[in-house]
Amino acid sequence: MNIVVCVKYVPDATGDRRFNDADHTVDRVGVDGLLSELDEYAVEEALKIVEASDGSEGEVTVLTVGPEQAADAIRKSLQMGAHKGVHVLDDAIHGSDAAATSLLLAEAIKKVGAESAWDLVICGMASTDGSMSVVPAMLAERLGVAQVTFGSEISVTGDMVSIRRDGDTATETVEASTPLVLSVTDQSNEPRYPSFKGIMAAKKKPVETWSLADLGVPAEQVGLAAAWTKVDASAARPPREAGTIVTDEGDGAARLVEFLAGQKFI
Amino acid sequence: MTAPLDLFAIDGLLDDEERGIRDTVRRFCDDRIRPEIAGWFEDASVPARELSVELGRVGLLGMHLHGYGCAGTNAVSYGLACVELEAADSGIRSLVSVQGSLAMFAIWRYGSDEQKEEWLPQMARGEAIGCFGLTEADYGSDPGGMRTRAKRDGDDWVLSGSKMWITNGSVADVAVVWARTDDGIRGFVVPTDSAGFSATEIDHKMSLRASVTSGLSFEDLRLPASALLPEARGLSGPLGCLSEARFGIVFGALGAARDCLETTIAYAGERQVFGKPLTAYQLTQAKLADMTLELGKGMLLALHLGRLKDAGTLRPEQVSLGKLNNVREAIAIARECRTILAASGITLDYPVMRHANNLESVLTYEGTSEVHQLVIGQALTGESAFR
Ligand SMILES: Cc1cc2nc3c(=O)[nH]c(=O)nc-3n(C[C@H](O)[C@H](O)[C@H](O)COP(=O)(O)OP(=O)(O)OC[C@H]3O[C@@H](n4cnc5c(N)ncnc54)[C@H](O)[C@@H]3O)c2cc1C
Ligand SMILES: Cc1cc2nc3c(=O)[nH]c(=O)nc-3n(C[C@H](O)[C@H](O)[C@H](O)COP(=O)(O)OP(=O)(O)OC[C@H]3O[C@@H](n4cnc5c(N)ncnc54)[C@H](O)[C@@H]3O)c2cc1C
Repeated sequence: MNIVVCVKYVPDATGDRRFNDADHTVDRVGVDGLLSELDEYAVEEALKIVEASDGSEGEVTVLTVGPEQAADAIRKSLQMGAHKGVHVLDDAIHGSDAAATSLLLAEAIKKVGAESAWDLVICGMASTDGSMSVVPAMLAERLGVAQVTFGSEISVTGDMVSIRRDGDTATETVEASTPLVLSVTDQSNEPRYPSFKGIMAAKKKPVETWSLADLGVPAEQVGLAAAWTKVDASAARPPREAGTIVTDEGDGAARLVEFLAGQKFI
Repeated sequence: MTAPLDLFAIDGLLDDEERGIRDTVRRFCDDRIRPEIAGWFEDASVPARELSVELGRVGLLGMHLHGYGCAGTNAVSYGLACVELEAADSGIRSLVSVQGSLAMFAIWRYGSDEQKEEWLPQMARGEAIGCFGLTEADYGSDPGGMRTRAKRDGDDWVLSGSKMWITNGSVADVAVVWARTDDGIRGFVVPTDSAGFSATEIDHKMSLRASVTSGLSFEDLRLPASALLPEARGLSGPLGCLSEARFGIVFGALGAARDCLETTIAYAGERQVFGKPLTAYQLTQAKLADMTLELGKGMLLALHLGRLKDAGTLRPEQVSLGKLNNVREAIAIARECRTILAASGITLDYPVMRHANNLESVLTYEGTSEVHQLVIGQALTGESAFR
């Protein structure tokens, strides 16, 4: 089984994240980035599926759309065990929205497929920065294949994929045949640490860099100018105010309840 | 605010692979060691068996050796892994050092092909634990005086005597034991289920409580001829292993110091005294600045020695420079940090006193500071002042 995993390079949430004043896009200069943690589950799931189908020659290709530094996300995935990487990189992509991102991913996946057919595309449940969770659905639509999102347990038999989805009120198990776009949750597995051998092997794995021209996507269809939505203004959230101190004068419990009810916590 | 080692731009001195290995070990320690370590230290019990399998899965055991299922990283990566392990606890780093740099290295460097095939792959996976028996109750700094003997009996060897202060001793599957023979000091690969082998854990330690330390005893322990390490003759055998393990300590000790310093900077920023944060006082800042200098200088020295090791030109007396300086400065940093945490610093709620106590052992094993002063002194003057 051949699998393409879409991984996003996002600003480190433990760092100081800012918007750029000029165009309100995420300021990536001077901010450390990393492979979106939720996408590690997608990489792990793909590796597990390929490892489980012993004998058959399966490959995991990781794909990212992002700036120069996004190569880090590919490297991390290769260190975990993915076989090769594709980096879609072009200055014109800056500011692309989810619709454009999914277009680029779809064209890149088609190009990957032209070399060797893929069976599954696996995405994370959401990016840890934009967190819209829409890219997988858009991608399936563009590729014209079935989609199953938010999978929490995945098993593969032949070309049938069985997926458990945990909703708020019910759990369902659905089956779909490949080719298929799948997104997986943080309940689906426990992502592995890159082993030292994996880290050392990653250096020798092939990574291709594709531009808009390589994908045949016109620059007008991507980037900030082509986005369907636009951020007009952004402001840092004000620092948290000091809490309210309730001095207990015999009515402490009642006043706590009053406070919690006032904040709609109870 | 800048982290102490970021001030020295240390990251820029490392390549992607070295950073990747460091990050993996850091994350392993965050997930697996840090949540448990205070409890292990308090109870003086560490789940060495499970832990070694997990360490093996990451690739930490014998990581800088080539072949036999070992990862085969460079020396700098091994050093960086030691930094992260020891930032969690010196006891965990000790488990890894003894396994990889003492027991596995001895077999890898001096063993027969059969010994390597039998032991190294399972030791790399952490399924077999090794220990290294050199020190005896009466012979520590002067191991050449050892009393443990191996006598020939036909083709067999008969081992008798005892070893003391042996890390991993009671949990080991295999012991590399150094003994006096008619042919000088030789090494033996001793399965710990051999008749005549026993190990007793040393209790009441105030240091390295999250590490197993034991006494070993050999009572007419019969070994086949194939148990002898063919390539090691004389004290240079065990000393070669110690030089490997010491190299890891040159880095590792700085991990403990870094953890103390980072903890202390965070604590002092929160702690209000006389109406303002402790970090806002010049006396505190002077302490923090001085400690940061020593930490950074130590790391630059360690990296320099690591590059020499990777180039194949590192000399034992240069490892002594690193061990003497870095452990001495690390324990000084741990103690100074404790003054800033004051009363909080004496508890296990913070890692500082745990590190300080651990570093007392690190100061002593793998050659005491005094022994390294003598090694450096001899290199400088040509005079041996050991006896
Ligand atoms: C601060 C900020 C400002 C923004 N400003 C604008 C704006 O001005 N105009 C606008 O239209 N949009 C804007 N966006 C939306 C932004 O372009 C989207 O984040 C992006 O297109 C992908 O959507 P997502 O991150 O929500 O992905 P999700 O749909 O949450 O991602 C789900 C999965 O899709 C895959 N995936 C997503 N992105 C990639 C990628 N780049 N490469 C590989 N795989 C990927 C991953 O597997 C991921 O787990 C902004 C977002 C942020 C965070
Ligand atoms: C927790 C722990 C784990 C250990 N693990 C192992 C292990 O796995 N395997 C192993 O073989 N050993 C191990 N050791 C033993 C360790 O290597 C010895 O303790 C060390 O070599 C010092 O020996 P000693 O304690 O007998 O001190 P001694 O040799 O008795 O030294 C006493 C003091 O005299 C000083 N001194 C010694 N010689 C001279 C001299 N010529 N001139 C001036 N001063 C001198 C020393 O520096 C020291 O201050 C371990 C020790 C500890 C504490």
